[in-house]
Amino acid sequence: MGVGEVKETENYRERIARRAAQEIEDGMIINLGIGIPTLVADFIPADKNVLFHAENGILGTGPSPAPGEENPMLCNAGGFPVTLVKGASFFDSATAFAIIRRGLLDMTILGVLEVSQYGDIANWIVPGKRVPGMGGAMELAQKAKRVMVLTTHLDKQGRSKIVRECRLPLTARRAANLIITDMAVMEVMEDGLLLREVMHPYSIADVIAATEAELNVAEHVGVFR
Amino acid sequence: MEQHQRQRRMDKVVPIEHVLPYFFHGMTVMVGGFGGVGNPPTLIRAILDKGVREITMISNDTAFPYIGIGLLVTERRVKKLITSHIGSNPNAGAQMTAGELEVEFCPQGILAERIRAGGVGLGGILSDIGLGTIAEQGKQKVNVNGKEFLLETPLTADVALVHAKRADRFGNLIYDSSARNFNPLVAMAGTVTIVEADEIVETGELDPEEVVTPGVFVDMIVPSEGVNWRWAWEK
Repeated sequence: MGVGEVKETENYRERIARRAAQEIEDGMIINLGIGIPTLVADFIPADKNVLFHAENGILGTGPSPAPGEENPMLCNAGGFPVTLVKGASFFDSATAFAIIRRGLLDMTILGVLEVSQYGDIANWIVPGKRVPGMGGAMELAQKAKRVMVLTTHLDKQGRSKIVRECRLPLTARRAANLIITDMAVMEVMEDGLLLREVMHPYSIADVIAATEAELNVAEHVGVFR
Repeated sequence: MEQHQRQRRMDKVVPIEHVLPYFFHGMTVMVGGFGGVGNPPTLIRAILDKGVREITMISNDTAFPYIGIGLLVTERRVKKLITSHIGSNPNAGAQMTAGELEVEFCPQGILAERIRAGGVGLGGILSDIGLGTIAEQGKQKVNVNGKEFLLETPLTADVALVHAKRADRFGNLIYDSSARNFNPLVAMAGTVTIVEADEIVETGELDPEEVVTPGVFVDMIVPSEGVNWRWAWEK
């Protein structure tokens, strides 16, 4: 599928990923979380040369291998087989996180359970219910130069995941820079969230009604189709 | 030093039976691997077959229910985990929720550095990861030049289990792609370090420039029988 081309069957996950790919610039070093963030790689134009970092010890992962071509020892952090691009390297987990803590990631793209209007991120524990652990999310959220959050706007119970204050234990404070959902694109500013775009067919009023956090509305709100 | 001990220091390749006495009830074991990739299948099978229980396990994750160290959790051999993530193994989460498994979570890069600290003889490390979150609970705060850090304590283990692609008889190790992950760190941090190698070569056959783990950290090497599970991505 070409960039910018919308498939008839495109679902909201793909639309979020396609919008997120527009934020990626040539030459970036990027870490993709599991879930919707993984899809972003499929939408980056070929003329943008980026390197993907995998926290299990690879810089320079490429597309999935063809069926039958998998190397079980060569997987991404989600456990799926990958290939390598030119210039790729392997390293141990301490070095993988040295790259993160040292601030060498231009961008990390994460999923969340909640994100607040100040950029606080909660994505590793629902006490007493779901406790997967933080994995590498604390380092990624705290240390990447730019943190992009991709999520559904509402949770499965229909509650806003874009909140005033996170109720769940935090992954990192004041971490998110940009939030892209199936309804909107919001930037985390000094004074809270700025609604920059709505996702077709939602209106500004739809987004405000569905959002617990306070939203400032940009002078010109774009529509992403 | 007795001559046979000297010989053992130069040739550490042993049959699997020789490592079994080092696996015991209540042991602390540290295992390399990430999502099962780089877990040592032959050593894990040996622990299961010996019936070892009440294990404290230090590992990045708990793999998948029937892959790698995931089996140790699934068969209820583990009483305590120090780990960063258990999301891919629902048995770990269920046991934890039921109060049958104690889990200490640690941010992944900090876990790597705590293991490294234990392995390289440091008294701890300072980091700002997790400040302002529940990950700072119970940790000493240290101020360095006006900046606040958490003191993270080193980790060592009775036994460290390592998977390598290639080992020479002295224990110099080369790893396999992304199966490297925690393995070189774990290799340094065991009171006893046991390596499972896919290929064992004569000492001198590895290029010193390519050796990742110097053999001096290694105590025993067993030949791998290969992966004995199906990967989650295999249909």
